[in-house]
Amino acid sequence: MTLLVETIGKRALQGINRMGKMMIFLCATAASLFVPPFRVRRIVKQIHFIGVKSLFVIVLTAAFTGMVLGLQGYYTLRKFGSEGLLGSAVALSLIRELGPVLSALMVTGRAGSALTAEIGIMRIGDQIDSLESMGIDPVKFLISPRLLGTVVSVPLLTAIFDVVGILGGYVVGVKLLGVNAGVFFGQMEASVEWIDIANGFIKSLVFGVVIAWVCTFKGYFTERGAEGVSQSTTSAVVLSSVLVLVGDYFLTSVLL
Amino acid sequence: MSDQTPICEPCGLETLPAPEGGPVIRLVNVEKLLDGKKVLDGVNLDIPRQRITAIIGLSGAGKSVMLKHMIGLIRPDRGQVLVDGVDIARLSRGELYEIRRRFGMLFQGGALFDSLTVYENVAFPLREKTGLGEEKIRERVLSRLAQVGLEGAQGKFPDELSGGMVRRVAFARAMVTDPEIILFDEPTTGLDPIIRNSILNLICHTYHQHGFTMVMISHDIPEIFLWSHYVVVLHDGKVVESAPTAEVVHSVNPFVQQLIRGDIAGPVHLM
Repeated sequence: MTLLVETIGKRALQGINRMGKMMIFLCATAASLFVPPFRVRRIVKQIHFIGVKSLFVIVLTAAFTGMVLGLQGYYTLRKFGSEGLLGSAVALSLIRELGPVLSALMVTGRAGSALTAEIGIMRIGDQIDSLESMGIDPVKFLISPRLLGTVVSVPLLTAIFDVVGILGGYVVGVKLLGVNAGVFFGQMEASVEWIDIANGFIKSLVFGVVIAWVCTFKGYFTERGAEGVSQSTTSAVVLSSVLVLVGDYFLTSVLL
Repeated sequence: MSDQTPICEPCGLETLPAPEGGPVIRLVNVEKLLDGKKVLDGVNLDIPRQRITAIIGLSGAGKSVMLKHMIGLIRPDRGQVLVDGVDIARLSRGELYEIRRRFGMLFQGGALFDSLTVYENVAFPLREKTGLGEEKIRERVLSRLAQVGLEGAQGKFPDELSGGMVRRVAFARAMVTDPEIILFDEPTTGLDPIIRNSILNLICHTYHQHGFTMVMISHDIPEIFLWSHYVVVLHDGKVVESAPTAEVVHSVNPFVQQLIRGDIAGPVHLM
């Protein structure tokens, strides 16, 4: 019994310690954003890596998400004789929920895992210590451009996801299933409000921070060689994805 | 290598005059606990200025941890790490970065940046830490690459280099900012004897040209005695011997003699 309590206590303390470490890491990264030199080229490079190189997977996922929404939405709404609401159903689902969440999950899978692996390899190869030994702050040099790159990229990718998803829904709903195009876009215009777009934007910003934070943290504190890099990468993807989904619920309940 | 002869035997260059001033780095009663194990246990050590000091000991004796203390990559749990009298363990991050301008460090595997070419790797500290123009940087980088015999490799990436070339590039990068102190963490481990000796010769040659203070962890026993002025022997987190090379070679300490001779029998039983 004592052993059980001791183990639970130990785990709890470890968890609190880890959370504290993560919070300090995030604060140090955020603070370093305001300390010169400002390496614009490194930030642009990260936006290219995280944003531009994720475009293909975002467009592909968005198109099929919009198409399946169009398909499911059409047959569900037809039961109530409300096929005309398909445009607003597709648009609201994408703008409020699916766009920010799925974009974040795609970026986690494609770019987040790469961030963790890259920084993890730098850690085990002494490259981070090497930066330190030169008097260069590795958090400022490596982490802050990645945080900024992700925070800029995720909302933009989400916007693209929303637009492509709506087009996917349009192709299936209007072109394949025969919903009137005017009704499709008219209903969409009438139901989507600026607050929906703003909420989606806020979510994508928060998700961007979560992805960069978790993935760079896991990479930065990688230990024990190649196996350590693989473990860090896996746990970064899992933790980021879980935090995105859990965070989505809480953000929705606050923003609604 | 001896302080007495005018010519350095191994590299053939003129021996530098005896340095002025006390030790450049001092470790005072340093203790460090890592993963519940005492890695450094009351280490007291002086690193002489403008001399080559070799640190030897068994694997896991705490050599790398001690070297990382000297540049502030690891902070001691107890004790002081003094660089010219300044306790670097108590400095703010900014002050520590300022002190590190005086250091260059060569890590065990080279620690070159994979995504940068040889030229960019060597130019990196100059671009990041000095206000030098690109023309001056180019001049300095090419001269350092020539010094380590890698003029033609400037466009290559680290994964296109052999182990010996990686160490030479790392050495060029460590000395490109003309630091006062260069730390080497096993610069020759895993290299064949010819390349190993060429790297040690390069280190010795560079020392005689620039007069850096050099601290080098090595497992190349007894070869390292030829290339260093002072030797520090570390065992179980403690300094068991720290003296000019000739004295260490003739040490009466049974562990030191076992280490030098590589005897299986002796105070240390591994199996």
